[in-house]
This record gives sequence, C-alpha cells and structure tokens, in this order.
Amino acid sequence: MLYSDLFFWLFGGLIPLAITAFMVARSKALSTEQDGARLHSRTGYYGWYAVIWLATPAVVSGLVFSITHMLGLFTVPAPMLLATMFTLGCAGLVYSLGHIKVEFRAREKVETFARAMFILAASISILTTLGIVLSVVFESVAFFRVISFWDFITGTKWEPDTAFLIGAGRDTAGMTPPAFGSVPIFAGTFMITGIAMLVAVPIGLFSAIYMSEYASHTARGRLKPMLEILAGIPTVVYGFFAAITISPLIVKAATLFGLEADYTNALAPGLIMGIMIIPFMSSLSDDVINAVPQALRDGSLALGTTKSETIRHIVLPAAFPGIVSAFLLAISRAIGETMIVVMAAGLRPNLTANPLEGVTTVTVKIVEALTGDQEFDSAFTQSAFALGFVLLFITLILNIVSTIVVRKFKQRYE
Amino acid sequence: MDQLDMHTNASMRKRLRADKRFKLYGLAAISFALAFLVFFFVDIIGKGAPAFQQAEIQVTVHYSEAAINNYNKAVDKEYKHLVSKAWLRLVPNQIAGKPELLGQDYEEWVLAENSVDQYLKGHEGHRLKEKNQRLVDQMKTDGKVRLVFNSGFFNSGDSKLPENAGILAAAIGSVMVLLLTMLFAVPVGVMTAIYLEEFAPDNRLTQVIEVNINNLAAIPSILYGLLGLAIFINVMGAPRSSALVGGLTLALMTLPVIIIATRAALRSVPEPIREAAYGLGASSLQVVWHHVLPLAMPGILTGSIIGLAQAMGETAPLLIVGMMAYIPDAPGSIFEATTVLPAQIYTWSSESVRAFEERTAAGIMVLLTVLLTMNAIAVKFRNRSENTW
Repeated sequence: MLYSDLFFWLFGGLIPLAITAFMVARSKALSTEQDGARLHSRTGYYGWYAVIWLATPAVVSGLVFSITHMLGLFTVPAPMLLATMFTLGCAGLVYSLGHIKVEFRAREKVETFARAMFILAASISILTTLGIVLSVVFESVAFFRVISFWDFITGTKWEPDTAFLIGAGRDTAGMTPPAFGSVPIFAGTFMITGIAMLVAVPIGLFSAIYMSEYASHTARGRLKPMLEILAGIPTVVYGFFAAITISPLIVKAATLFGLEADYTNALAPGLIMGIMIIPFMSSLSDDVINAVPQALRDGSLALGTTKSETIRHIVLPAAFPGIVSAFLLAISRAIGETMIVVMAAGLRPNLTANPLEGVTTVTVKIVEALTGDQEFDSAFTQSAFALGFVLLFITLILNIVSTIVVRKFKQRYE
Repeated sequence: MDQLDMHTNASMRKRLRADKRFKLYGLAAISFALAFLVFFFVDIIGKGAPAFQQAEIQVTVHYSEAAINNYNKAVDKEYKHLVSKAWLRLVPNQIAGKPELLGQDYEEWVLAENSVDQYLKGHEGHRLKEKNQRLVDQMKTDGKVRLVFNSGFFNSGDSKLPENAGILAAAIGSVMVLLLTMLFAVPVGVMTAIYLEEFAPDNRLTQVIEVNINNLAAIPSILYGLLGLAIFINVMGAPRSSALVGGLTLALMTLPVIIIATRAALRSVPEPIREAAYGLGASSLQVVWHHVLPLAMPGILTGSIIGLAQAMGETAPLLIVGMMAYIPDAPGSIFEATTVLPAQIYTWSSESVRAFEERTAAGIMVLLTVLLTMNAIAVKFRNRSENTW
C-alpha cells in the first residue's frame, strides 16, 4: 500500500464514518426523547459528541504512529495502521453512545472540546515561529562551528566554492579554504533596498497625501484599487519584467550617457522593488494620515494657512511616527524580497557603490545555496541558514521597532 | 501702504504657488504609479500575446518502416528541421497504435519547430537558417504555413522544446497546492482568530500569541521555505518537491494574513448582537457559531481569498523546498514532484531559447488573470459587506 493510498483511506474513510456516527448518535438521542423525556442538550450535540469520540482516538493513534515512524522507532505496515485506527475509532463511538442519557450534558462537553481545538489552532502560529527560529538556528550553529562568526560578519570575501568539495570529502592540501565573508552580500542587499526606498517612499507618501487630502471620494475609490493591483502582481512576474524589460533599458540609457552598465545591475531590481512597495507604503501612510484628527486641520486652516502648509506643518508631523513605522516595514519587505533579485540581480558578491554594477543579495545567496544538488551538510548549504538567521534577526528588529513607534502614535490620539 | 500690500501679495502668490506645486507632486506620484501599471501591462501583453498562436506547416507524412526506426524519416529531408521533434517522435507510436497507417502517405498539418514559429511572428533571434527561411517563405506563398490557436499551451505540460511546452502540469500543481493551503490555513486561521477575539482571556500568553502573529506576518516568505526544508523535509521526511510540502509551507505563510483579516471581521460585528444572543440564553460557542460568524463571513472570505491569491503567486519558499524541477506531466498525487505556475514561469524565464520568453510572458498573463480575478472577487465581497451597523 502506498503512502498516497493511506492518505486517501484516512480522509476518505474518516468523513463517511463521522457522518454515520453523527446520524447514529442523533437518532439514538431522538428515540430517547420520544419516550417523553427531554435531554439536557439538543440532539445534534449528542451527534457531535459521538463524532468527537470517533475521530479523536483514530486521528491521535494515526499521529502517534507517524511520529514513531518519523523518529525511526518502529514502523507499522499501513493496513495494520488503518485497522488500529478503525478499531480505536469504533471503540470510541460505542463508548460515547453509552453516554446518551437524559441527564448527560453533551453540549458542555462539545463546547469544551471546541474550545480546546481553538487553543490548539492558536498554538500553531507559535509553533510556526518556533519552527522558523529552530530550523534557522540549528543549521546556523553547525555553520558557525566551522566558520567563525566574526569572519562571517566582517569578511569581505565570499568564496564558498571549496566548501562544497570539503563537504564531499574531497579536500586536497593545497586548496584555498572557503571564505564566507558576508559584507559584500549585505552591502548589495542594502544598496538594492536603498534604491527601492528612494522610489517607494516619495511616490508612496505623495500618493497617500493626494488620496487622503486632495482626491474626491469617488476618485479615491477608483485610484486605491488601481494602486493595489501593483501589490497583487506576483514577485516572480516583477522579476521577469525587471530582468527582461527594465535591465536592457537601463543598459541602453547608460550607454547613451557614456556609462557602462551590467545586465545584472542593481538599479533594475531596485526600481522594480520600489514600485512593488509603493502600494504598501501608500496604504500604511494613508491610514495614519486619516487617523490625524480633523480638528488639527481645521484649526490650522482657520489661522489662514494654505492647504499644503497645513499638510506639511500640521498633518505630516502629527502622522510622522506612523510614517516612520510604515517606512521600517517597507524596508523589511525590501530586504526579504527574493524573486525580483534572484531573477534580475547578479550572483557575484560585489562590494561597490555603483548601482550600474551587478551586486548580489542575501536572498539570492540563500536560493543559490539551497536549489543546487549539493550535499545538505556542507558549509555551503548551511551558509544559507546563517544568512537566513541574520535576515530573520533584522526583520524582527525592524518589526518590533515599528510596532513600538505605532503604539506611541496611537496613544497620542486616543 | 501700497508697498505693504504689494509685499503681502507677492508672498501670498508665492505661498499659493507652493500650494499648487505640492498638489502637483501628489498628482505626479499617482500618475507615475498608474503610468507604470499601463507600461507594465502593455509590455507583458505585447510579449505574451503571440504565444497564444502557434505555427503549423503542411507536409507529407510518410508512415513507413523507416519512420518507425528513425522518426526523422517520416517527413521529406528538407522539411526535417521545420517540423517539431515533439510531433515527429510520436510517429512510431501512432503507427504502433494504428497499424493500417503503415505504408501510407498523408498530407497533414503538423506542429512547426520553434524557430519557424518565431520567424513567422517576425521576432528577432529566431535562429532559423537562411536556407530554411527561403523554404518557409516559399511554403507561405503556397499556403502551406498557418498560425493557429495554441491549444497545446493549455493542454500539455512542460517540455524542453518550446513549441511543445505548456502550462497544464503547472496549473494542476497550482490547484493541488492551493487546495492543500486552503484546507489547512483557512480552518486553522479562522479558529485562531475566533479564539483570540472571542474566547482568549487577556493574559500574558494571549499577548505573546498576538505579538507573534504580527511578527509572522512580517517575516520574509523565503524563511518559510527554510522552515519547510528543515522541518517538513529533513525532520519529518516528507517527499521533496511534493505538493504536500509546498501546500503546508504556503499554508503557514498565509496563516497570519487570514488570522488578521478574520479578527478584523469579527471585531466589526457589533457587541449588542452578542449581548442579545447571550440574553436569550445562548452559550458562548452558540453566540459565535450562530450569530457572530455568519455576520463576519464576508470579511473572512475577503481575507481568505486575498491570502490565497498571495500564496498562489508566491515562488520563493517553493524554490527552497524544491518545487522548480522539470515536471512534464501533471502529478498524480500530493506526494509526487510537482511544479506550480509561478515556479514554471521562473524556470522558463531562465531558458535561453527566445521562444521561451514568449511562453513565459503568456504564462504570466494566465497567472495574472487568475490572481486579478481572485482579488476582484475579494474586493466585491468587501464592498458588499461594508455594513453600516
């Protein structure tokens, strides 16, 4: 029996069985009521109670078996697994049917169970964070055992090619040791992020100001969804557009000015990333500008200022913390953006200040290290997790700072 | 007096000019964004639209003994390089399936090689040889060349030959991955939101969960790929590149979006509705299940659709869990190697053959159509659900 068959039987089997259990238990409850007694709960709750008793033992036993299989303790053949689950489920069902009596409080049991399921669901998001942190930290620790953390943070040479050979056990004496200096990679990341911000912040902010302060209600209703289209375009599409359309344009424009540009220049992904972030920036700023109390505007206008003076000297300073937080979130977006840079930026780490040269970024290096056919345990693949660790760290810091800033802002006007 | 007036007038004019300028900046910003949007769509459609047509040529096909052993012999030698290998290599199978064909010659419309296709569409870099160009021109005047609707693009999977490459396998993969994402993320997300909004006591743990969800929403998608690789594949032993791993990874990524949207929807249901239900003796679960949830449903649907559309366009985490392999056939189950539309676009875009660029843009058009439709539906829901209580 294949994996897939097992899956099919599990879900294909559980659902009809659950429906049967529901019907059986409810009809039993109904027949109890027919004798003149009134049950504590409505009959449907007895049905749900039976379903819980059927499904929980079956699913739990299935989970236990899969965990033991995963940990390599022991593996049960698939038919036996299914049989166990079926038996346990039926036993649960029979047990629950015995409970259907007048004084039995089925609704309370079902509600307690539902509440437990809600808590379980809420804990998944915690487990996700834990999973991300653990997966990144574990491999990073293994990486930093080989490469010193200081070299990783301050080194300016990223030459991991030989790590792959060492990982394969083919290290020869005269070989240069692999170098994992991440400075050029982060420099590239920050350069592209910087270009993106130069595009996104003025355009996003001015769009937000125009839409919230100048545009009529109908114009705003039309413009906003149009801007949001920019946010709905997948990054792989932006990447294609940056690489195929924008990059050659930039190279042509550079030659026109007598400059030389690489096809993997930093400008193309930076510009496109900036455009991708415009709606993000504008909708966040829009929210905070709208949150500035109207009384402030009215007071300012009553003193005889022009509209733009009111916006510049009253509204924007009032909304400033919110705009800063939007800016920080936009930066964390740009740093973590992957497909645009994978497709349009370079692969070669390059420490330069010239945006017309090719640079590489953290996310490009992560993708490069993990999509090849290398051994998983080599320092080269582990370097991806170390880079991911730094990426996670930066994003979390940015996010926490922006949350604090926003909270301060909210307190001021509530 | 006059002088003072003139002075104030001058400074007033200056201020008014600044006022106008400021408004123009705003207008310019919006216009730039919209102009980009137009440029973008024109460019993509201009690149992708030709891919919906495919060149076919009319040649005499020899269903001969020789063709069984060497399919290149199925057409006359001079046409060998004009006919797609994808079609030619099927000839022996055709004969095997229908033995009465053997020894017959038929005049047939067959799939043309991609260089012929690109040459006919007038693209540069078509790589068709001078000699063959003349032949194609000759065939064109004889009416033996035509451009037909490219149905192969929709009903075949990936191929190394551009003229034979289609999006079917990727589309099916996308549907499978999206279904898995939906089955996992929507119930878990809605349940989490219900718990946080309706049941959770205001204690430390709840605060931790809330902060945590906001952080999750800001974590770059590629890190979810690292999670999928390290936990689902390396620890749990789920098959690499499978729809299962892809779907679960995307589900975790979509979860915060759905939770945040659902919470907002639940919060917008006014308190008196809950109080009225409690007043009639409903239990807390009954209040949520019978009253709050149905009223919050449009908002929940909007959030879920937007989250799923995001997941459908996502590529980075899927590359990390290996969903960029060459997959010519649609996967049979969620454990088999699968590719999805965005990943297919990525693999095509890294091909060097010019004909693939056209297919990439066409794939993008299909993907954008689906995603923009999903978003439009979500916006419709939102507009309809904007109840004033």
